[in-house]
Amino acid sequence: MIFNRKTTEKTVHSMFFLITTVSLTVLSLIMLFLFTESIPLFETVSIKDFLFGEFWYPTDEPAEFGILSLIIGSLYVTIISSVIAIPLGLMTAIYLAEIASERMAEIVKPIVEMLASLPSIVIGFFGMVVISPLLQETFDVPIGLNLFNASLMLAFMIIPTICSLSEDAIHSVPVALKEASLALGATHLETIIKVVIPASISGICTAVILGMSRAIGETMVVLMIAGGAAMIPTSIFDPVRPMPASIAAEMAETPFGGEHYHALFATGLVLFIFTLMFNMVAAYISNKYRQVGEASL
Amino acid sequence: MKVKKYIALLIATSLLIPGMSLAERLVLKGSTTVLPIAQKVSEAYMKMNPDVKISLSGGGSSNGIKAIIDGTTDIGNASRFIKGKEVKLAVTKGVYPVPHRIALDCIVPVVHKSNGVSNLTVKQLRNIYLGKIRNWSEVGGANKRIVVISRDSSSGTYDAWKSLVMKKKRVVPSALTVPSNGGLVQAISNTKGAVGYIALGYVTKTIKTLKVEGIRGSEKTTKQGVYPISRPLYMFTKSWPKGKTLDFINYILSVKGQKLVKSVGSIPLY
Repeated sequence: MIFNRKTTEKTVHSMFFLITTVSLTVLSLIMLFLFTESIPLFETVSIKDFLFGEFWYPTDEPAEFGILSLIIGSLYVTIISSVIAIPLGLMTAIYLAEIASERMAEIVKPIVEMLASLPSIVIGFFGMVVISPLLQETFDVPIGLNLFNASLMLAFMIIPTICSLSEDAIHSVPVALKEASLALGATHLETIIKVVIPASISGICTAVILGMSRAIGETMVVLMIAGGAAMIPTSIFDPVRPMPASIAAEMAETPFGGEHYHALFATGLVLFIFTLMFNMVAAYISNKYRQVGEASL
Repeated sequence: MKVKKYIALLIATSLLIPGMSLAERLVLKGSTTVLPIAQKVSEAYMKMNPDVKISLSGGGSSNGIKAIIDGTTDIGNASRFIKGKEVKLAVTKGVYPVPHRIALDCIVPVVHKSNGVSNLTVKQLRNIYLGKIRNWSEVGGANKRIVVISRDSSSGTYDAWKSLVMKKKRVVPSALTVPSNGGLVQAISNTKGAVGYIALGYVTKTIKTLKVEGIRGSEKTTKQGVYPISRPLYMFTKSWPKGKTLDFINYILSVKGQKLVKSVGSIPLY
């Protein structure tokens, strides 16, 4: 019997190990593929020209592969969508966790989560058909497909991520902390601002950064409504061409194995480095500011 | 397009399986502008001749012609005529490329319905796309900023626009780009100051087409050769075609084949 139990234990152990190894191998193979497909570009284009070149004319003779405007486009949509989504997502989370009655929370929470399940193409279509003409009329701008429209739609997409993750963090703040604060005479608002939020700050930061990393990697929405002009925007109503949009639009028609093909993979590599950085920052923050016990507050 | 590449690959690999090699094989390579026509016609042709397997791939006109010279394809698709340099290279290799005109391409500038402008010259269009003309009032329209809309750089329509209108100069970076013909129609119909270009077959009633040099882009003016933004599309063969290659070219040039040409937005020869 004892032998049997040990065998079972070992089998289960190695099975889980095997599964983990498989997923890790697949992941590293994808990364390896990304690297090997991007590196040939740098035989003809220097890394500096690639990252800081202003002009993206991949099919011209001679071609120019400068992705600076693409990187800036990506950063702008991410930053602006975060500026819109962070306050909204966070305040919704606080409302749901601390203020709303249980019945209200039961109604609102599924609605927020439903937002997350909207396919990105539907959001893109909405931005294209509804928001774009609306922006043109309201702000009297010549182009409805622009940085602002794309950021607004991306904000819609990342609010549920930010909201539900931070709500979990806020919810897990020990009741004793809140009770102590209230007992000391703090109002409900003071308790939320000075006790609940600081206590859950690591979870909130992780939520925000994961939301941002989703925004920078999102493809369909920016492909449909960012406008697709490879230029450095001077106003929030200028069109931009974020990196994922460029890859998605061009990959299908580019000759296999050509310079343009490798340039698109290299763009993917840059995008991957960005999201990797976001995720590492999120991991670092959640580690550093982790709330261990109530005494450390 | 990716799917098509896979289909081509699938067909190619299936031919490697012994026993199936009885089927005759036809390889088409080259221009992405010709690709949709080649695709449509190949499907119909293979249905009629189940013993023929056609493998299709893009890569651009230069690649198509190069493949004919290198002998790696039966038919090389091109959206332009063969260049002098290419003819010389072919002759030194002992190859005689034969052009077959299979269809015509006609690209029309389009604007929002409310736009008062109805005619532009090629030079005006070029200057708009170079970013030198920025307001409709400079070309006889209302005082409104021009929103330049272009297609993605890998599209065949962009390629035609670049060679016929831009004279190889670059489209201004601030131009919006849309990934499809449908997207372009949508963007134009939503944007009052917009100008774009589209293959004649994709024009819808929600947008307004412009005359170029006083000539309206249509099947008739394209066939007469008077409309400036039009060009013939070619399939090149290595010397005069024989066997299945000849049969395939004849099929494209037949009434049925030309109907298929029309169905993908290009202009039939007759």
